[in-house]
This record gives sequence, C-alpha cells and structure tokens, in this order.
Amino acid sequence: MIDNDILERVLATALKTGADFAEIFASDWRGTGVGLDDGRIEQLSTGRSRGAGIRVIKGDTTGFAHTADLSEAGLQAAARAAAEAASRGTGRIHVAALTAQPERIVSPVEIDPSSIGKAQKVELLRRVDEAARSTGGAIAQVSAGYSDGRTRVLIANSTGLLAHDERVRTLLRVSAVANGDTGMQTGFDSVGHTMGFEMFDKVHVEDIARTAAQRALTKLKARPAPSGSLPVVIKAGSGGVLFHEACGHGLEADLVAKGASVYKGKVGDLVASPLVTLVDDGTMTHEWGAIAIDDEGHPTQYNTLIENGVLTDYMWDYLRSRNEGRAPSGNGRRQSYQDLPMVRMTNTYVLNGSEEPEDIIKDTAHGVYVAHLGGGSVNTATGDFVFGMTEAYLIENGEITEPLREGNLIGNGPQVLRDIDRLGNDFAMGNPGTCGKDGQGVPVGDGQPTLRVKSLTIGGTAS
Amino acid sequence: MTGSDRSHELLAIADRVIAMARSDEQVEAYVGRSLSTDVRIYEGEVEHFVSAQTEGIGIRVIRDGRTGTSSCGSLDASEIAEVLAEARDNLGYGEPDEWAGMAVPDGVSVTPQTLWNDALESTSTARKIELAKMLERLTLERDSRVRVDDANYSDAFSESAVATTTGIRVAGRENGCYLSVGTLADDGDETQTGFGFAVGRNVDDLDLEKAAADAVDRATRLLGATKPDSRRLTVVLDPFVTAQFLGIIGGTLSGESVVKGRSLFADRIGENVATPLLTLVDDPTNALAYTATDIDGEGLAARRNVLIEDGVLKMFVQSSYSARRMGMTPTGNGVRGGYGGSPSSGCLALQIVPGNRSQVELIAGVDDGILIQQVQGLHSGVNPVSGDFSTGAAGILIKNGTLGAPVREFTIASTLQRMLQDIAEVGGDLEWLPMRATGVSLVIHDVTMSGA
Repeated sequence: MIDNDILERVLATALKTGADFAEIFASDWRGTGVGLDDGRIEQLSTGRSRGAGIRVIKGDTTGFAHTADLSEAGLQAAARAAAEAASRGTGRIHVAALTAQPERIVSPVEIDPSSIGKAQKVELLRRVDEAARSTGGAIAQVSAGYSDGRTRVLIANSTGLLAHDERVRTLLRVSAVANGDTGMQTGFDSVGHTMGFEMFDKVHVEDIARTAAQRALTKLKARPAPSGSLPVVIKAGSGGVLFHEACGHGLEADLVAKGASVYKGKVGDLVASPLVTLVDDGTMTHEWGAIAIDDEGHPTQYNTLIENGVLTDYMWDYLRSRNEGRAPSGNGRRQSYQDLPMVRMTNTYVLNGSEEPEDIIKDTAHGVYVAHLGGGSVNTATGDFVFGMTEAYLIENGEITEPLREGNLIGNGPQVLRDIDRLGNDFAMGNPGTCGKDGQGVPVGDGQPTLRVKSLTIGGTAS
Repeated sequence: MTGSDRSHELLAIADRVIAMARSDEQVEAYVGRSLSTDVRIYEGEVEHFVSAQTEGIGIRVIRDGRTGTSSCGSLDASEIAEVLAEARDNLGYGEPDEWAGMAVPDGVSVTPQTLWNDALESTSTARKIELAKMLERLTLERDSRVRVDDANYSDAFSESAVATTTGIRVAGRENGCYLSVGTLADDGDETQTGFGFAVGRNVDDLDLEKAAADAVDRATRLLGATKPDSRRLTVVLDPFVTAQFLGIIGGTLSGESVVKGRSLFADRIGENVATPLLTLVDDPTNALAYTATDIDGEGLAARRNVLIEDGVLKMFVQSSYSARRMGMTPTGNGVRGGYGGSPSSGCLALQIVPGNRSQVELIAGVDDGILIQQVQGLHSGVNPVSGDFSTGAAGILIKNGTLGAPVREFTIASTLQRMLQDIAEVGGDLEWLPMRATGVSLVIHDVTMSGA
C-alpha cells in the first residue's frame, strides 16, 4: 500500500516533536451491500474507503490525525498534525528500522467475494425472502441484507514493527415481521464469518430465513414475560453476550487502569463459579471476531481470562501493556483508520462443562429458558449489565412450555458469574456481533455451552 | 475549512457529477466534508487529542425505477468518475420500484437560522484543552468522593452539498461543540457512575457549572443503592432518559416504517395516541438543538413539523420516497448516515413541547414513585415494531413528594403505546443534548418495576 522508505520518513516526522512512539495504520476497504425489503431488492451499493491514521505518543499524551490521502505529502501532513497534538506531553525519542513481520493467516479465504457476480449475491436474498414468507401465512414483512468487505491493513511503528493483514468478512442478516391478533412481532437471525463467499456452501440461507420467521411467529403466541428474579437457563450459542457484558468489558486493561472496573485488583481471586473458564481468542479460525494481527500489528492470541473461576489476566493493547511493562495480548483494535485503538475483545467464550443440557432443564422447577439473546450493555464500574431476550420460554416443572414476549434480563456481573450453577457439554458459537465502545464498533464473536444462572432479574410486565 | 463558506466548492463537485447524467437517468450527488476535534483530559493532562478530517461522495442513479448507489471516501476526480460508473452498474441488480425517485424542489424556503459560528472556528486549541481541564477541575472540587473518568471537549464543522438532475441544488454548513464529563463516586467498596453535558454553537455558550453539578449529583446520589422489590408505580423520567425514549418513538413515526408495515402507529392518523398533554414536534429550525439544520439529506428545506398535537397523531415524517409511496408530500425529513448512506425518512430534532413546572415540583406531586436517572440497554430492550419495552434502570425512590433511597439493578417495562397514554405531566425543564432529541422531565403512571 505504501513504500517502506515513505513509511520511515513519515514516522521520523511524527517523532519530531520529541515523542516516544509513532505509528501509521493504513487501510483500504472495499465492500458490497445489497438490501431486500418489502419483497423487493432495494439497491445494490458498493463503496471504497481508504486512508491512514497516525498516532503519536509522548509521555501520557496521545496525538492522532488521519488522512484519506495516502501520498507522501498527505501522510506527512497528518504526521505533523499528530505530532503537534502530542507535543503537550513530555517524552523521549526512539527510532528503529522497519522489519516486516512474517505473514500470518488465521482465516484462509477460498472465494474472494469480489470475484462473485453481483447477480449471485442478489439471488441469495430472493431465496431468503421466499423461505421466510413460506414459513407461515402470518409473516407480513421480510427484510434482509447481504454484505461483504475486504480490508487490507498495513501497520508500521517507530519500534520497527511492520505488519500487513487482509480481512475478508461475509454477512447475511434476516428480519421478519409477523402480524396476528396480538399485534406485530419480530424475529431476527444472522450468520457472519471471517471468510469468503464459500460461507454459503456451508450454511443454507433458507435455514437462517426460517429461523428468523419462526421467531416472529412464535412470539405471536407469547405471553408477557414474568417480572422479578428467577433461575434462567441459556441455550448453547445464544448467551455468549452474557459474558461479553458481565465481565468481558470489565477485563479490558484501559478500564481497569482508570479504576472503572469492578475487576480491578482481582487477578488471582475467585471471581466466578469454579465451573467457568473464559477465553478471548482472536485466532479462532473463521469466527466473526477473528483477526491474524490486531490493529496495532501484534499477533492475536488465545488468552485465558478466567480459569476454573479464578481471574487470570486482563486484555491488553500496546499503550496499557507498555505502562505495565508487559507484552500486549493482541487486543488493540479500532473501527477504522479514523479511530484510535483501544482494548477490545475478539471472540469471547466459555469452555464446555460436563452436563447434558436436557438435565439442566429437567432440574429447573420454575424458570426461564432463553433461546436467543439480542444486544446488551454494561456499566463496567458497577458491573450492572442488561441484555435483551429475543426468544424465550417458560420452564415449568422441568419442561420448556410457553413462549414469552421480549424483555430485558439484568444482573450484576460479579454476582451472576458466581451464580452460574450448571454448565452443559454442548458448546456453540453465537451470532456475529458488533461491540460498541466509546463510539467505535468492531466485529466480535461469542459462545458458550448451555448453562444456568441461579437467579437473574427478568424485566417483563406480567405480575 | 477556514474562513469563508466553502460549501460551494462541494456543490461544484456535485454539479460536475450531475452534468454527466444521461438523458434516461436521474442522478443525485451528495458531497460531504467534516472536520472535528476531540480532546480527552485525565488527571489534569491531555490523554488524547484527535484531529479528524473526512470527506466523500455518494452517488445515486435511478433508471426505469431501478436504483444503484456507490460511494467513496475521496473527492478525487478520477475516483468520482469510477463511483458514478459503479452506481450505474449496480442499478442493474435492483428491482424496479414505481415510487423510486429523487426529491424535487417543493418551494419551501429555508428557515433563516445561525448554524455556523465563526468564533468557534477561531477558538484556539489551547482554549479547547483548557475548557476540558476546567470541567474536570470543577467536577472534582464539588465532592471528595468523586473521581473523573474522563472530561472531553468535542467540536464538529460539517459542510454538505446535494445536487440532482431533478433540480435540487443546495449547500449548507453547521458547526457546534460540546463538553462531557464521566464520573465515578466511591464509598467503601461501592462505585457509582454519573455524567454531565454542556452543548453549544460556541464555547462561550457552554455551561460548565451545570455539567459538573449533573455529573457529581448523578454519581453520588446513587451511592448506597439497593435492589428494589417488584411492583407498579409512577415514574419520573429525567430529561436525558426522556430524550433516549423520544429517539425510539421518533422511529415509529417514520413514513418508511409505515409503508413497510413496521410501525405500530400505521393507520392511526387523527387518533388519540397519547395523553392530550403531549405535543411532539420535530424541529430542526431551532438552532438551540444540536442537530438543527437548514436542509435535509435530500436537499429540501428542513422545517418544523408537529407530529403529535394534544395527543392526536397528526403526521408521519417523510422522505421524498416514502411521501411518494404514501401519496403525501415530503416533509423535509430525508436523513442519511454520511456521504455513503442512502436517504430514508427520519426525525431530525425531536422535542416535546414543555410544560411549566420544574422537576422538583413534579416530584412533589408524586406519592409513591421513582425518579429514573439512567436507563441501560434501551437499544436491546425496545421492540419498535410491537412497542414492548423493558430497560435496565437506576434511580431514586420518591415517597410523599420527596426523593428517598437510591435503587439500582431493576428494570422498568411497559409498551410505548401505553406509556404515551399514561403520561401524567410534562415538565418545563427543557434540556439541550448532543443527540437528535431534546430532554424534558416526564411523569408517567403505572409502569412495572422489576427487581428482587
């Protein structure tokens, strides 16, 4: 994307105000999106965005500027702006010759989506529309989206690091509306992987469409969710977001460093049920949050965060690991070249337990079975978190019975981790997610086996 | 982007694209450019200083009812030609839509308002940094139990131009700034969080004292919060919480949601959908609103629209597409997410017409209730199609007209339909926020609180 000698000259400019670290992150994204709504292929759009962000660190101050102009003149101007912005700190100079990192491939791509005709992408959505509508006569509306994108990334910094990566992601999402006596209900499903168009050889778009439609249809018959605290059983592959919110964010070193996490100072402590081993793994081939290197050029890793209930480590980016004099963990990520990197999760999941999922349900006298969760959020300083149930059922006398309407589940992270009292042996990954933090979204994955939380608060309207 | 208005340069770029249109096609070019600054202060030092400039173009081409779009984050002439060619190619894959089309000039003139402040442009970097430092200091001085998570100064200068072969040809620009502060209050092992904002078109408009006081009060008054029992009660929504709900209600009043069978208010024009106390307007012509604008995303004049008047649903907001499809006229509500997005119908600056009483007076009238200070997970907890909502919350119980014990880790739930009917009073405390809706306190009866 950019010649090495230009990179070295731009880094030298960035260091001119006496900074102690400078970095160039350049990316070139091309993507295609098609939407279907109301029975019609709405429009096909293509886009391109490329540019570079230049980060300069001097003492505790970070300066950042970005440009869409990848010529040497454009990069030099951004480097001067970032250096000027950082010049308010107190720092020292480091320069090192660039050494290319060996190429690393975590998610090999068989079929580059840009090699596939647009008509073939459009055809997928027609199949989705037909499959969703044929699921039931009450399906009144279907919208679906296909998107693919390829991002080439180049990272160079003043420690001599030079790294490249290429990331290809393919996504299909389906949303259906069912109309009945109880009003309108919605259902959603999606599939997304860090892979090329071969994803559609492995998944049937009709299955995704029918799942979304069935969720909407089921809710037509649903009764209001209960209100109050009950045991909750979460189906495998549908509740990874629980861990993402209940403790994942709180284990990000930037929040820990500011004392904005309930997990500060807890390494070595028992913070969860001994059943829980939690991992963040950027190397999980083809998963939505997989990346070979993070957005600071460091190889991603399999990082154990909680082992048998004991907190083993936080997640780290360059800045926070440098401050602590330790190695980064490959968790420095950013939304685009226009953003500063932060500590972010990749694929966060709980390892298998030993129980049969049916036994967990059978042993629950009265509770809620959650088969699909929507998004969530957490206040890391208090640990209080929330997530939405988008497919849920009552459990009565050890059996799954009536469907429930939507509602939020809430809890306190440290409390809920301790309250996990049953863990299944049926691990599965969940839907592709976008994790938001400080206004930036990055692709993440999550997963878990079927599990039970002794008590969660269900925010329904039934008394 | 310094000195005089350069949005006409963007219009010239859009003009050149339109000039390349063929006789059998409609073409729209939307060109945008923005410059923004973000300063973050932590413990008296600059943690980061971000200077960001973006520009780009989005082109839409319609032929025989088929639409294709393409965009590019550059204004380079050779790339723009490629974007146009891509958009033309892409339209071949869309299906004909008899209502597809660009906006056409509707004779509504732009409401004069001052959305650009030269003084903001000449504000020095040192002053921006100092403001954020001052906010951090003012916040810390108020209460020894409070730490500052971060204090931020942000500003944005944006210019845009739209031209179409259907006769739209406009350009505009706006700038604004805001300060925000996030707080942590500690008491023993317990930590609670708060936040405060100050919004303005110029740094002199920013009320630092109020932002600091809000951030401190919000965090400290939750200290000692416990989980409440489940029951039904009256809630008082803090202005910031109301603004978050308005964003969701606004989505249900979009013409596009209606025509696509996704609005719970479809077919209800002329009906009482809310208490007679409620009048809801979308008013981007009030420069006090952070998202005020001269023109919508399709180049039509932005205007004040009354959506709900005295509880009666009066209208939906329309883009040119949704209006054509519903047989209505556009309302200047085409919104687009930057240069790469296509316009759709949406609210620009929502506001509930305020009542007269302060929040303290509203609380004095509540025997058994709760002041909802923050909600969490609203995006995952509201279904804008069915109207069901359930959201995590934290707040202060109200007993016999006065604030009592803090509570957290509970949810409040109802439906949007019921909530609008159950509003018992609208406060007089309008609060301008860095978002698409303005805050005001609301009293709502009969909401389910789920806790222990």
